[in-house]
Amino acid sequence: MSPEELLFAETHEWAHVADQGGDKIATIGLSAHAIEALTDLVYMELPEVGTAVSAAHSFGEVESVKATSDLYSPVDGEIIEVNTSLPDNLEVLGTDPYGEGWILKVKLASETALENLHDHAAYEKMCEEG
Amino acid sequence: MSSVDQLLQTPLHAWHVQHNGRMVDFADWSMPVQYSSIIDEHHQTRKAIGMFDVSHMGRLFFAGTDIDKFLDTLTTRRVAGVDCGRIRYSLMTNENGGILDDVLVYHLPKMDGTRYHMMVVNASNRAKIVNWINSRIPSGSDIKLHDRTTESAMIAVQGPKANAAVKDICEVDPDSLTYYTGITTRVCGEEAVVSRTGYTGEDGCELIVDGEVAEKIWSEVFARAEKVGGGATGLAARDTLRLEAAMPLYGHELNEDINPAQCDLKFAIQMKDREFVGRAAILAARQDKTLPIRIGLELEGRRAAREDCEIFSGDEKVGVVTSGTYAPTLEKSISMGYVKREFATPGTQLIIDIRGKSHSGRVVELPFYRR
Repeated sequence: MSPEELLFAETHEWAHVADQGGDKIATIGLSAHAIEALTDLVYMELPEVGTAVSAAHSFGEVESVKATSDLYSPVDGEIIEVNTSLPDNLEVLGTDPYGEGWILKVKLASETALENLHDHAAYEKMCEEG
Repeated sequence: MSSVDQLLQTPLHAWHVQHNGRMVDFADWSMPVQYSSIIDEHHQTRKAIGMFDVSHMGRLFFAGTDIDKFLDTLTTRRVAGVDCGRIRYSLMTNENGGILDDVLVYHLPKMDGTRYHMMVVNASNRAKIVNWINSRIPSGSDIKLHDRTTESAMIAVQGPKANAAVKDICEVDPDSLTYYTGITTRVCGEEAVVSRTGYTGEDGCELIVDGEVAEKIWSEVFARAEKVGGGATGLAARDTLRLEAAMPLYGHELNEDINPAQCDLKFAIQMKDREFVGRAAILAARQDKTLPIRIGLELEGRRAAREDCEIFSGDEKVGVVTSGTYAPTLEKSISMGYVKREFATPGTQLIIDIRGKSHSGRVVELPFYRR
């Protein structure tokens, strides 16, 4: 996916929402900007399928050599798929953050939280302004 | 301080910014935490050369009569009568035995052959140590402390290829100096203190030069380092390197609530036939078997324990982590911390609470890494 198709949280996660058999499914990942800022990722802890996530709440952790950071859900819903190969292949986050580097797929419980997300241009501007 | 603009800058600040250094507040100095990847900077130091701007560290020069005897009253290790050319790692303690700082005391010849003493102290403790020393100078003494930190620079060149790179531009081959000795000589034609010291667990040297010539000398070393796979290395990799080498860091393994007897730094404590501030408290602490002592831990998995993570044996809290990281050379999660003595034996299995989750760890011999 190209970043222009995605929505971004201020906490640097991205979401891509698609219709799938009548459900809204959000694919969630971490922005290239965040991955570049973190550098040297060594560990990632992810939840299990079936776990409920809610917007702006932590669903997992990513750890770099320097520090541990929470991963925040940009959406409300239930996890239907986890990219379980990711913790053993963290370099994928750097090489393909918006494709192979996806983290979760979430069946949305509501679309309200999407209103708090930014398009790519707005997100880029936010990152530039620090 | 509220803004990076108000922070102190080393003479190499502009160079760091030009070379993509990520500048952070470190003890009120604007310092490069990394330039690119911490792991790459770590490996380049172990395999070739890591160059570190350590100009933020305090450089205190002394003049006056019997300066070595005076300093000897303030250090846990003997300074009086130490041969010219030698550098000693020591602790400084208060009356209660609390560690005020860990320092290097240099006894060096100048270019003209006269001798002097200087001390390198941690940036975070510089003001405290300057005040402490000044308050201890006996009245009527001619001893003077000159803090030359901001007018000079200090460059650490570390790694298996470090001394060869410096030799090329130095009137003295750093390899001709034995470990923990130093000399005043010329680098790129400029007066410099060159010492075979460092904080990475690698061989190498450190250069102390005037601020005005720092960038010229740094650039000359950098050009040589780049050719052999080395380069500039930030504070983050300095931390992973020193942790693998199990070197304590003030504010983590050392502070005013910790007594030197707890630190596993026997070489830095010399009690015999000496009197210094804190001596009685160290002697008492050596007899107190209830005090926790410094240990190393290897954790299962790649997850790092960080400062303040609690250490358990079963349900009993037995200690606390003071530093931890993923160790790039060892490819393991390592930590240092303090635990009750009965849990400090290598091989002891312990539990470390990392953000609410239990992780298994094992006490291991220090250092984690030896070159």
